[in-house]
Amino acid sequence: MPSFVDSAKCDGCKGGEKTACMYICPSDLMVLNVESMKAYNQEPEQCWECYSCVKICPQGAIAVRAYSDIVPLGGSVQPLMSSDSIMWTIEFRNGNLQRFKFPIRTTPEGSIDPKNEAHKGKDLSDNRLSDEQIDNVELMSPIELLGK
Amino acid sequence: MALPNKPLGELVATIDPAIEELETDILFVGGGMAVCGTAYEIRKWAPEGTKMLLCDKAALERSGAVAQGLSAINTYLGENTPDDYVRMVRNDLMGIVREDLIFDVGRHVDRSVYLFEEWGLPIWKTGEDGKSHDGSKGLTPLKEGGKPVRSGRWQIMINGEYYKRIVAEAAKAALGSDNIIERCFIVKLVLDANEPNRIAGAVGFSVRENKIYVIKTNAMIVACGGAVNVFRPRATGEGMGRCWYPVWNAGSTYTMCQEVGAEMTMMENRFVPARFKDGYGPVGAWFLLFKAKATNTLGENYMVTNAEMLKQYPPYGLAKVPASCLRNHLMLKEMREGRGPIIMDTPTALSNLAANMTPKEVKHLIAEAWEDFLDMSVGQAGIWAGMNIEPEKVGSEIMPTEPYLLGSHSGCCGIWVSGPEEDWVPDAYKWGYKGMTTVKGLFTAGDGTGASGHKFSSGSHAEGRMVAKSMVKFVGDNKDFKPALKESIKDLADLVYKPVKTFIDNFEQTTAADLNPNYIKPNGFQKRLIKITDEYGGGVSTSYVTSKAMLDRAFELLGMLREDSEKMAAGDLHELLRAWENYHRLGTVESHLRHILFREESRYPGFYYRSDFDIVDEENWKCFVNSKYDPEKKEWDVFKKEYVQLIPD
Repeated sequence: MPSFVDSAKCDGCKGGEKTACMYICPSDLMVLNVESMKAYNQEPEQCWECYSCVKICPQGAIAVRAYSDIVPLGGSVQPLMSSDSIMWTIEFRNGNLQRFKFPIRTTPEGSIDPKNEAHKGKDLSDNRLSDEQIDNVELMSPIELLGK
Repeated sequence: MALPNKPLGELVATIDPAIEELETDILFVGGGMAVCGTAYEIRKWAPEGTKMLLCDKAALERSGAVAQGLSAINTYLGENTPDDYVRMVRNDLMGIVREDLIFDVGRHVDRSVYLFEEWGLPIWKTGEDGKSHDGSKGLTPLKEGGKPVRSGRWQIMINGEYYKRIVAEAAKAALGSDNIIERCFIVKLVLDANEPNRIAGAVGFSVRENKIYVIKTNAMIVACGGAVNVFRPRATGEGMGRCWYPVWNAGSTYTMCQEVGAEMTMMENRFVPARFKDGYGPVGAWFLLFKAKATNTLGENYMVTNAEMLKQYPPYGLAKVPASCLRNHLMLKEMREGRGPIIMDTPTALSNLAANMTPKEVKHLIAEAWEDFLDMSVGQAGIWAGMNIEPEKVGSEIMPTEPYLLGSHSGCCGIWVSGPEEDWVPDAYKWGYKGMTTVKGLFTAGDGTGASGHKFSSGSHAEGRMVAKSMVKFVGDNKDFKPALKESIKDLADLVYKPVKTFIDNFEQTTAADLNPNYIKPNGFQKRLIKITDEYGGGVSTSYVTSKAMLDRAFELLGMLREDSEKMAAGDLHELLRAWENYHRLGTVESHLRHILFREESRYPGFYYRSDFDIVDEENWKCFVNSKYDPEKKEWDVFKKEYVQLIPD
């Protein structure tokens, strides 16, 4: 089910250094053609359909057409992202529609602070993680060892 | 004369890439759950001034196996003991596992799950009404005693679309963006020039500009996933990308580490998941949460009608949940004897659950069923949409996939690493630094760690965190080490860009860039590789059967493929990425088949069969198979290693 780019909607991310889809694709598939200033999927048969490009595209220009060697035409699965939820619209080949909304995150983006000084590890010599030491968690050992 | 021929990609590769030399104390290769765990935890331990550098071939925000999201966290112990966790993993992996490593994951893993929730991952909860609520409802967090929604003894349900982005945000903030190079594909590790069996650096290239990175380091973690697209899939075209595990996992972890002499373990192990056909959507929630049954075309539950077959494999077939491979074994009998297709009876399961529900609750139930796909395997939803499969109306086919090689999910191939420094860990299983391979200074985690499966996302993160602490200790103990690369920078650069040179030297000779008698493009190389493994190495075309004679033939063909790997050609940077990925696939596949050949039994019926040794031979083969490459002599050694049971039955 490779992703494809709508030629009317794609603006090449306005000539920026890289397009959003090119930035995000884990399989390095999305590229920008600088002459047309449009992005495209350069290797559809190595597309995992992870939807990272669909979700990140600021123009909503990317969708997915299911794998031609497997799936009949006509269905579609399209997400709409917000900061705390995702809305999916599923259209079946027979025209039936389903909509689902799921939460994605309970905190604001950028709110994680891993450098908090209060959370520094204390004792490098034992086998506990930093937060296990802070919470005074006792390190477990096997309840019983075979033959002992 | 202007030929109609030119490189096909947008980012054309040139013959004279820039070379950037970098030096660090700790190098992270990869960017998935394990490395993100290491990056987060290392900030808690590394002394001021420690230099750190992370190289990810993709963007951290969406890289690795969790890029798409997940609908469940498959390892959360909660009320269970690590001892019982070891028992479960040991049985599922047919008895041969590193119990020290598994216990260690079990005793730490929940701490990572607590962090995910604190960072903002919505985790489903069971309310006081006994009903399930999604993770946005503000119910008591797990760390404070909140009750998760269990889809199995070890699994909990989440709203996991954003999972990797949250974990990556913590890792990125911990390391600092300046210490992360995205789109940098590390392709080869480099040993030290002075000290034998000591890691000193790595070399890679940018997938965005013509640039080679040569990096010196004191310690290194290599954790860049398992191996996918190493066997011919059931798809015949575009669907090749819709594999079960991520298509970009190319065996880089295994090949790079084994080439510098890291001892490998259980590389014969593989995972063949039985999943919804062609979209590879998860079946766990359907079986465990929705209580669905899978039946043959006669309406029989093959787990019941074929139950006798389980008795042939004690104790692994007799457990309450028989080993995963044996469940495949029973399903394959139905398929071979023509009683397929095997159908997951989703309508009956949903109507049983809906019997005592209000219409609103039924609607919620259907949404939960779809979320299982939409959070982690959207392609399956696309198949259902395109084929008019509404699960409350019609069932859906399930089938075993092509084989995958990995160490964090329900498989356990990988690298032999040191267990934790504890008195209950056998001496043969520990050498000072938890997670260190047999190469000094080289660490791994996640899919990289062998004989320690069933970690999944959370366990990989927790394992990565433990390795962070080990690496800080190691660097502290080896402060005076000055890395000196064994190979010259020019030789390394020439090697990395060899496919580019091969292309540039030859492409003008023909009128089509992909068709040239002097080279092979990565795409063709990959197709040849997966044809060999499929036909001779126990792929789907022989129903996972292989033998010594078939493996011998595979090695003849792979030998010629290895020779031709010298002639891979890349006209653009994307192709150069593919060339190196497929070189890594080749090394991993050779290791896999080498181990299968050595182990003269069929340890994992349902995952693969040796037709010449079609038994589980507890007397002779209840042991690890390990192997080691000698980088000086360029020779492989494959040998048995003792399995020590720690946790009583």
